[in-house]
Amino acid sequence: MVTRGVIQFKTAPSIASTGVTAGPLERKSPFSESFDKIYDDERCGQDTNEHGHAKLMEDASMIALSKVNAIPEDADFLLTGDLVNQMTPSNFCATTLGIPYIGLFSACATSVSSLLTAAILTDAGISELAIAGSSSQHNAIERQFRYPIEYGVQKGDSAQWTVTAAGAAAVTPHSEGVPSIERGTIGKAIDMGLTDPLNMGAAMAPAAADTLFRHLEGHGASVEDYDVIMTGDLGKTGYEILKRLADLQGIRNTDNFRDAGMEFYGKDTKFFAGASGAGCSAAVYFSEIYNKMLSRQYKRVLLIATGALLSPMSYQQGDTIPCTAHAIELTMK
Amino acid sequence: MFSIYITAFIVGGLICVIGQLLFDVAKLTPAHTLCILVVAGSILDGFGLYEPFIDFAGAGATIPITSFGNSLTHGALAEAEKHGIIGVLTGMFEVTSSGITSAILFGFIASFLFRSKGKA
Repeated sequence: MVTRGVIQFKTAPSIASTGVTAGPLERKSPFSESFDKIYDDERCGQDTNEHGHAKLMEDASMIALSKVNAIPEDADFLLTGDLVNQMTPSNFCATTLGIPYIGLFSACATSVSSLLTAAILTDAGISELAIAGSSSQHNAIERQFRYPIEYGVQKGDSAQWTVTAAGAAAVTPHSEGVPSIERGTIGKAIDMGLTDPLNMGAAMAPAAADTLFRHLEGHGASVEDYDVIMTGDLGKTGYEILKRLADLQGIRNTDNFRDAGMEFYGKDTKFFAGASGAGCSAAVYFSEIYNKMLSRQYKRVLLIATGALLSPMSYQQGDTIPCTAHAIELTMK
Repeated sequence: MFSIYITAFIVGGLICVIGQLLFDVAKLTPAHTLCILVVAGSILDGFGLYEPFIDFAGAGATIPITSFGNSLTHGALAEAEKHGIIGVLTGMFEVTSSGITSAILFGFIASFLFRSKGKA
């Protein structure tokens, strides 16, 4: 029987390796030790922010490939996305790498939607090596969605800070000794009527809750079954709302709930409610979570990346913000 | 003589407090906040209230953006007196042109000298 949007992978594809790149400010992250490459310059040595953005994704992909002794010519698919208009950073990265490419837009949930798509292609037997990932570059994304950084606009406590980071994962058919992708749940687009682009966490929390509940129900699991359930970039505001929604659903024990956005910059209050951006969840999932699975500290995790599906145009026309959340379940035997 | 500095300091600060309240309490966007303050200054001058306000608070009244609204109305009214209704159109940017031109010019120069950074 098929449950709407709920996936059970028959062959349990594996994540053979990961690559994470980040900007200079991201050294402040408690996870920075496990990032593969940190640039000294926020444009990653490129002439524009957008070119730096493409470079982040390109290098993350190359690092993931090199860890499995592969070159771009060995990869069957490249599945990446970002938040810039028409996703030019991902497109330019794909041009350089020359891997058959599908650009994916799920906003900040692209880390998981790309991973799910790679797993589906692998499960279907048409991919031996797929690179999945997403990225964001602070200056480029602030200009895209909020205000150009030159404008120096004030932000409220619920605002989040777009990270400069990229994460890539090399997805292969099942192999032992690395985390494998067992299950997934595709999110719906949920709009609770919020309009403030400086309070994305509150808008995204209901989508995260919906995907979480559907994933648990569809797979007959409970939150206690997981070592950690990590959302993407809800931030402090959204994280508290998710816990409340879980409580209303009768889930009392939410001790294993974590949020990548909330933890990304540690306790530094300069970053308001935490981090956001398509690179945020990708960087944390593919470093912190992946490494802890490799060392078998975590054996079963649920990653729920959240995304706000707005555009500057929809916001200016007064539209509300639809949000989504995609879930992927990783296990380490 | 010294009291004008204190008045300017307090009055200018209070205008900024209004802006901050529009921002944080009324949850307006930066653009809305800016427009409301400009329009408020413009209306006040229409009633002949902004000039006495400047006499009272000095730079406390001329530095905040409300003063830009005041200048728009001021120029329009002055030209209208000389040239009739068409003066409203020509006068609007007469007083403000120095401010607008400097903003463009200095912005242009700054863009050559500096590169933007996303430092927290």
